[in-house]
Amino acid sequence: MNEHTSKQFDAEMEAIRSGVLAMGGLVETQFRRAVEALRIPGDVDIVTLVASDEQAINRMQMDIDQQCSQIIAKRQPAAIDLRMILTVVKIVNELERIGDEIKKIAYKAQQMQRPERLTTVRVHVITRAAGLAEENLQLALDAFARLDVNAAATVVSNDEAIDAAFLAILRQLISYMMEDPRTITPALEIVFIAKSIERIGDHAKNIAEDVVHVVKGKDVRHATAEQIRAELAE
Amino acid sequence: MNLDIFAIRPEATPEAVARRTKIATRHLDFYYGRFHALKDINLEIAERRVTAFIGPSGCGKSTLLRTLNRMYSLYPGQRAVGEIVFNGRNILEAAVDLNMLRAKIGMVFQKPTPFPMSIYDNIAFGVRLYESLSPREMDERVEWALTKAAMWDEAKNKLKQSGMALSGGQQQRLCIARAVAVKPEVLLLDEPTSALDPISTAKIEELISELKSDYTIAIVTHNMQQAARVSDYTAYMYLGELIEFGATDELFLKPRRRETEDYITGRFG
Repeated sequence: MNEHTSKQFDAEMEAIRSGVLAMGGLVETQFRRAVEALRIPGDVDIVTLVASDEQAINRMQMDIDQQCSQIIAKRQPAAIDLRMILTVVKIVNELERIGDEIKKIAYKAQQMQRPERLTTVRVHVITRAAGLAEENLQLALDAFARLDVNAAATVVSNDEAIDAAFLAILRQLISYMMEDPRTITPALEIVFIAKSIERIGDHAKNIAEDVVHVVKGKDVRHATAEQIRAELAE
Repeated sequence: MNLDIFAIRPEATPEAVARRTKIATRHLDFYYGRFHALKDINLEIAERRVTAFIGPSGCGKSTLLRTLNRMYSLYPGQRAVGEIVFNGRNILEAAVDLNMLRAKIGMVFQKPTPFPMSIYDNIAFGVRLYESLSPREMDERVEWALTKAAMWDEAKNKLKQSGMALSGGQQQRLCIARAVAVKPEVLLLDEPTSALDPISTAKIEELISELKSDYTIAIVTHNMQQAARVSDYTAYMYLGELIEFGATDELFLKPRRRETEDYITGRFG
């Protein structure tokens, strides 16, 4: 894309774009900390860090939203600039929600009543699902950074694996609970964590759909990965 | 001469009106002496819709507007080649009555150009050229035209005052009233608000959206947001060529051509 005649306009657009990437970087760090909290339940320090990350993420969202409002008021953006600004507002909203989910994961990990129960599910199965969500979030942010619609389509198809992992965890936990009622409390705690991971996957998918809108001007929300690829091939 | 081409067509459903073409240019070229100012312009201007022309200075948008009622014929050395079809007839043909054509295709310019006479006579002057109305009918016509131009309330108590004494915005609306008074089918507006303050501009824009229920409007504007606000269709021109033409809603969100996107987003070299 060529530069604007107004260099200041370019600088303002670059500021919101890099703001999203900085915010995304912080969310990724926060996510890694929360997964660590799952491995070592009861570690108060990690949870405190995750909570302060979440507050910083909230502030970043408000800051970037404000910058976007300023650009709209001052520049009356059109076409790709307008789509980019609207998308940035939506993406920072997704990132803020992801921050909330991550905080929930960390708090749940800290509050586990009997952490010695269901250790395998918590440490291995859940962290593997979290790893999938983390990778997909990273890919969605990369797709935004490079305005790469193919990567965005991959994010949408990867989200199906995260949804499948969530259902598998649910089935596994139900079997544990039926076999041994003493596992019901820790299993329910893990269900909440798994649900948060699944939601993070959904938010990453939304980010990827927004990237397609910036680049192609097409609204691919609620479309399947195949439909998106077909649209992109046109 | 045959005046059938100027007859107003019968009413139809809104959908049919939307599809109708009022003016079509076909392979239109225009020359200022040897300078080739418009190159192979093919365009359809929809009836009772607003079509905006945007593009950098010198792109030919005003030239194109001036061809649509043959305003250029006033100047020697300027010539148009190709076809401009208005109501089914090529108006570039020599036999066309230019006065009658300009009554059907009125024009308003960038700078307000009231005649040095009263507000009433500014309106009546053009009407007298084409029609002989009784004094009472003329009074009604003046009121009707000023009402159409949204300035009857401001002007009704000072019809005898000079049109030159009005504010810039009022003068421009007076010019629009003058154009409307002869009951044209098409209004050509050449940067009608570029000399006006924001409030007067908003009034003219409001007027445009009201007038389009009765008239076909073509507007040239340097203000892209104005084109986006008032028009149904937008044409982007550059160096005498029509680069992109389409529905305004699409052109300002997702233009098809890279050149259009660069221009409307302020990336133009």
